[in-house]
Amino acid sequence: MYWSWEVAFDVLPQLAKGVVVTVQATIVASLLAYVLGLGIAILKMSKSKLLRIVLYWTTEFIRRTPILVQLYIVFYVLPDYGIFFEAFTCGVLVLGIHFSTYTAEVFRAGIDNVPKGQWEAAKSLNYNQYETWKNVILPQAIPPMIPPLANYLITMFKETPLLAAITVVELFRAADQYSNSHYKYLEPMTLVGVFFLIVSIPSAILAMKLEKRFKQRKI
Amino acid sequence: MDNIITFDKVSKSFGELKVLDQLNLEVKDGEKLALIGPSGSGKTTILRILMTLETIDSGFVSVNNEYLWHEKINDKVVPATDKHLQKMRDQIGMVFQQFNLFPHLTAIENVKQPQILVKKKNESEAKEKAEHLFNMIGLSDKIDHYPHQLSGGQQQRVAIARALAMDPKIMLFDEVTSALDPELVDEVLAVLRKLAADSDTTMLTVTHEMNFAQDFADRVLFFDAGQIVESGSPKDLFSNPREERTKSFLRKFI
Repeated sequence: MYWSWEVAFDVLPQLAKGVVVTVQATIVASLLAYVLGLGIAILKMSKSKLLRIVLYWTTEFIRRTPILVQLYIVFYVLPDYGIFFEAFTCGVLVLGIHFSTYTAEVFRAGIDNVPKGQWEAAKSLNYNQYETWKNVILPQAIPPMIPPLANYLITMFKETPLLAAITVVELFRAADQYSNSHYKYLEPMTLVGVFFLIVSIPSAILAMKLEKRFKQRKI
Repeated sequence: MDNIITFDKVSKSFGELKVLDQLNLEVKDGEKLALIGPSGSGKTTILRILMTLETIDSGFVSVNNEYLWHEKINDKVVPATDKHLQKMRDQIGMVFQQFNLFPHLTAIENVKQPQILVKKKNESEAKEKAEHLFNMIGLSDKIDHYPHQLSGGQQQRVAIARALAMDPKIMLFDEVTSALDPELVDEVLAVLRKLAADSDTTMLTVTHEMNFAQDFADRVLFFDAGQIVESGSPKDLFSNPREERTKSFLRKFI
């Protein structure tokens, strides 16, 4: 089997469409994972023991089961119970919720790292809960979280081909469709791999640089 | 003069350890009080209870003739709500051993932000007050520095300015020089001495600096094992301690 540039150029327009979907899915799912993760992290510090236990087991459950299984259940099983999602929506929901259980840990660690004295200083100045979070805790907690959060972004990006399993025509499925109808696998799949590398490697380098920068920053 | 602070049979334990045992204490409005005694004797806990950082197990604490940890609802005394605590906190300010400045804000932002958020002042009022206070603590040239660019002594002076900016009726100083290198202690104590002399704010300080306690305080309390062993004017207590425990404690400082 030899590399054919003709095939490579032939598949490119379809791949380009797939790339757009891949990027969209990554962005929406990661935003969901960040917002939800922060919410989970804050709620996990709640005074209510019941809430903490429920959250603990829910997040453990989500984290300990494969994404592919979760995608199938939400996309193919929930409709039996009257809950329908469009493929793309279903994909970003599952991906976002799954990774929110990981980002929640990043947020929790970042928040835990803010010294107790900062909470006490805020209280002594009579800041309310909201003012304390917004003005004292999060501004200190978030910068060190950026590198691990960026790493999860890259991981989610790399997991998007899973959405192909529920009919989302992202980059991988676009290539797969071409391959199946033309019996050409070498060029489409190589290009998919190359594309992921082109995005992943610079992002990984950037994440590493961020990590170095925040490590140097002394508070 | 009225009592601004009253502890009525207040007890507090951390697990097995009883840090306050049926403590009674009265502080007059405007009084400057120094709390001395061995570590773990409950001095700091008194300040932390007043700042609402620590709850009490039993007894009553009053600030400005109102219960701090309780409130009266329909003539019934019930545990204080968050709202009540927030109202009471408004009258009290605290300076900590570890400064606890906000590291992501500059010195002047540290002093301005609480005024704007809590006291609802506008930017220029808050700035004016902050600049006045920086002048008082002798750091007018450092207002735009971040805490990590300041020495420990400078950070602690900013922390004092931050607490003062809120105009508290009661100021609490919790071992404010204990975390400082010895050469930085004096600059902080100088600010506090001046403050004690010029202001009619009620001040409580926990300190291991006996000379400072002598200058600062109208009254010195010697604490041991959760109780007041001896109390008196600095002159009496330091030169003529009555109790054996006070004597043996003070000997270590001479």
